[in-house]
Amino acid sequence: MINQEIKSYFPILNQEINGHPLVYLDSAATSQKPVQVIEALKKYYEFDNSNVHRGVHTLGNRATEHYEGAREKVQKFINADSTEEIVFVRGTTTAINTIAQSYGRANVEEGDEIVITYMEHHSNIIPWQQLAKERGAILKYVELEEDGTISLEQVRAAVTERTKIVSMVYVSNVLGTMNPVKEVAQIAHENGAVLVVDGAQAAPHLKIDVQQLDCDFFAFSGHKMCGPTGIGVMYGKKALLNNMEPVEFGGEMIDFVGLYDSTWKELPWKFEGGTPIIAGAVALGAAIDFLNEIGLNEIEKHEHEMAAYAMNEMQQIKGLDIYGPKDPGKRAGIVTFNLKEVHPHDVATVLDMSGIAVRAGHHCAQPLMKWLDVTATARASFYLYNNEADVDRLVEGLRSAKEYFSDVF
Amino acid sequence: MSFNNLDQLYRQVIMDHYKTPRNKGSLENDNINIEMNNPTCGDRIQLTLQVEEGIVKDAKFDGEGCSISMASASMMTQAVKGKDVETALRLSKTFSDMMLGKEYDDSIDLGDIEALQGVSQFPARIKCATLAWKAMEKGVQNEEKS
Repeated sequence: MINQEIKSYFPILNQEINGHPLVYLDSAATSQKPVQVIEALKKYYEFDNSNVHRGVHTLGNRATEHYEGAREKVQKFINADSTEEIVFVRGTTTAINTIAQSYGRANVEEGDEIVITYMEHHSNIIPWQQLAKERGAILKYVELEEDGTISLEQVRAAVTERTKIVSMVYVSNVLGTMNPVKEVAQIAHENGAVLVVDGAQAAPHLKIDVQQLDCDFFAFSGHKMCGPTGIGVMYGKKALLNNMEPVEFGGEMIDFVGLYDSTWKELPWKFEGGTPIIAGAVALGAAIDFLNEIGLNEIEKHEHEMAAYAMNEMQQIKGLDIYGPKDPGKRAGIVTFNLKEVHPHDVATVLDMSGIAVRAGHHCAQPLMKWLDVTATARASFYLYNNEADVDRLVEGLRSAKEYFSDVF
Repeated sequence: MSFNNLDQLYRQVIMDHYKTPRNKGSLENDNINIEMNNPTCGDRIQLTLQVEEGIVKDAKFDGEGCSISMASASMMTQAVKGKDVETALRLSKTFSDMMLGKEYDDSIDLGDIEALQGVSQFPARIKCATLAWKAMEKGVQNEEKS
């Protein structure tokens, strides 16, 4: 359940910044970590640390059990069919690059199409740009509707029989828009393409069911969902992963090594060359336990409420523009905005002086900024540890910023 | 809410340059044209300079960004106009030292630029202030090489 107690699980939130109690509204960049996750990291290094899948000794077995146990937790968390479909990677960026370099290179030919949208994060744009350049393929963008949503008509218009890959964000890191990925998967499949879902902003906030979505790949990062940095997940349907070549070669991922040729391990290990991010995976498992205990449905509901409350309060500030869907039910807990006449960096500095952390800039989404016709925006993003009092502090801070800049002008 | 610390950052003279930037636009008879951006935040500046016989005859800037980056660009163009390249680069070094909180050459009269000193207390904003200067340095150094 989400109540006042939740904040106390996050030690970092209990501090003053520039003389004010910290209000952390930048969880879309990275979330804070509860004691349960910090303890899991500590416990792993204090008691269980060893390399995995090789030792005969007890610690080696223990580390392997914890690491593979974390994989099972991830499998259940996104309802994948089997643990073979769960590949541990560094984060969403690595997952999408791996898909582009492995599946993409093997399946995209000259003249084929890759379809993405205007609301992608750079990590779901550049791997496809590079692939398209390398293969002589065509990169197409799905246009957005005026309210920052995606219509299935536009998707249908963009996806053709020449399309091999459709890649789309589930929840936009700028607009907060929740996209109809299940329906897009269907359109992709009707045209013989696969759907890659960038789930970086979705996995922390809503119940994910990859089988129900019927997406072919799903990528997300641990650090945005209360886990540590440096660990993420590449989910892929088994039939696809089985036919894919690894992109990293070395220890851990081999079956047999000859002088001039080698064979790979079974799934998922053939994609996990080198010593994996063991402690990170174990701590991600702890983050999943933590989120499950609260309940993803509960978290999603809380975020809709936070978005609704924040939008309602912020709209009362004259000269403040909010981007993305007006209906809070259509968005996650992300509110991106601009204050007229005040540059977002200046807004962020004034808020920081009041102890409030927001993001300012292009949010790694330059094509979307171009579409919005702005060079930068400010963004407040909420998570399970935020409450209405945090929003009130933000609104108060924004009013002060406005006042401050109207005074100096 | 009072923001005494903010007043160190947003000095009157800075806001004046932001509101009414000097040398805004682009030169037609420029021989140096540099575009630079700050990839982490999206600030962008286009600087045109007319440098003849080692003297910065004219300077203009265009671009988009926060108050600090635009005010700094305005002040920079004002400061280097009419100076020889060597002096302009020395000014830039002095400014950079000031931003980094190092000892800086106080024999040079910085004029309005002095107002930016408070930026050094805001580490996240130093790059905003130095963008225009970096563009100027790059421009004149390229010119010297060619």
